Amino acid sequence: MKEDISNADFLDIISIVKLQYGYDFTGYAPASIRRRLFRFMSHMRLTSVFELKHRLVNDQDFFARLVQYITVNVTEMFRDPQFYRTLREQVLPKLAAYPNIKIWHAGCSTGEEVFSMAILLHEAGLLSRTKIYATDLNPANLDKAVTGILPLDNMKDFTQNYIQSGGLADFSNYYTARYDNVLIKKELRKQIIFFQHNLVTDKVFNEFQLICCRNVFIYFNRELQNSVLQLFYDSLSPRGYLAMGIKETMRFADIHRKFEVVHAHHKIYRRKE
Amino acid sequence: MNNGFDVIVIGGSAGSLLVLTEILDAIPYHLAPPVVIVLHRLRNVQSEMGRLLSTTRQIIEPEDKEPVREHCMYLAPQNYHLLVEADRTFMLDYSELVNYSRPSIDMTFSSIADVYGAGTLGILLSGANKDGAEGLCQIIAAGGTGIVQDPQTAAFSAMPQSAIDMCAGVQVMSVADIKKFIIGET
Repeated sequence: MKEDISNADFLDIISIVKLQYGYDFTGYAPASIRRRLFRFMSHMRLTSVFELKHRLVNDQDFFARLVQYITVNVTEMFRDPQFYRTLREQVLPKLAAYPNIKIWHAGCSTGEEVFSMAILLHEAGLLSRTKIYATDLNPANLDKAVTGILPLDNMKDFTQNYIQSGGLADFSNYYTARYDNVLIKKELRKQIIFFQHNLVTDKVFNEFQLICCRNVFIYFNRELQNSVLQLFYDSLSPRGYLAMGIKETMRFADIHRKFEVVHAHHKIYRRKE
Repeated sequence: MNNGFDVIVIGGSAGSLLVLTEILDAIPYHLAPPVVIVLHRLRNVQSEMGRLLSTTRQIIEPEDKEPVREHCMYLAPQNYHLLVEADRTFMLDYSELVNYSRPSIDMTFSSIADVYGAGTLGILLSGANKDGAEGLCQIIAAGGTGIVQDPQTAAFSAMPQSAIDMCAGVQVMSVADIKKFIIGET
């Protein structure tokens, strides 16, 4: 299959998904999502866009597979180790002033960055008085995250990341290995609540001292970035922190004036007043 | 002078660093088309690659949604795929590895082919895998120009050779000729 998905077809598909299933991908950045839709068609051996639309309208399971395919479910523990080092050194000491800490991981995928945060909090002695709310729009990701099970293959890279982030413990203390998988220790997971939340359609549900939303914004167009930033602003306590991916920026959004920059390179911001 | 391109996109992997530097240093500032570079790199190691690549030109690792500007040179950031949107802004993508690579040359080439079509000049240098070949074919299919470093002169020939094998219309050049071609002396 060589032909592309035309813009008109693309808009049709987005509109079917929205009307029929309530998932709104209208504000997603087209370059990436079109490519993923196209790959999904090859993967499912669909020969035409017509067939894709037809199956979408008539088959709920088909839609679930499409969501699994077009949302990005790739993540790492301690992704961008220097970012985690900055969190350790500059943000967590500030959070320590609160009697109870609330953190939101938005777009947490299969949980690797959430577990990384739990390790940081544990090492800072803050985990027991922290609640981490970890959300994603894709239920299959959350089902996986809840288990705390990760492939063993990845742990070598993750250990390197952990050490570079300033971690001093033996990383293998944080999981137990069995066959080809590891299980993240239960003590690290018991303060985490995983649940479904869609940044496009769902609203504020709590007030946080820190929101982590890394490598999610890149999939949104500017309008949607603006509205999600507003959602984060409204969900932060005064002077609360927002951490984005290191190549993401709020510089193109009007709302950036309501935030101050804590760390320009690692994209850590703070709500003003 | 140049050969009338709207964008130049260069991909390289193993063995491409020195020739890439040579090519970049040969591109004078007055040459308008933006230059987008995709280089296979280590993922989570701090790197000064932008500074290593050129002694004469500033090389920018673009942030998400940054506009693609004339006269500028861009390098795909570590651990992200780099795409260009129809409105000529960059989009960073953190999805699965493509050809075992992130950034993937194929992904950048094909998204630039979509946006710039016949105005695209794609150049594929030395490398030990086949990333970039498919993308170069798409550049040519969109009416653009596709050049590979002569595999005989490349430290690793697999990458340019795959493009030659995969699509008709690929031009094979020495590094010296690539430099001349970019600045319009051929």
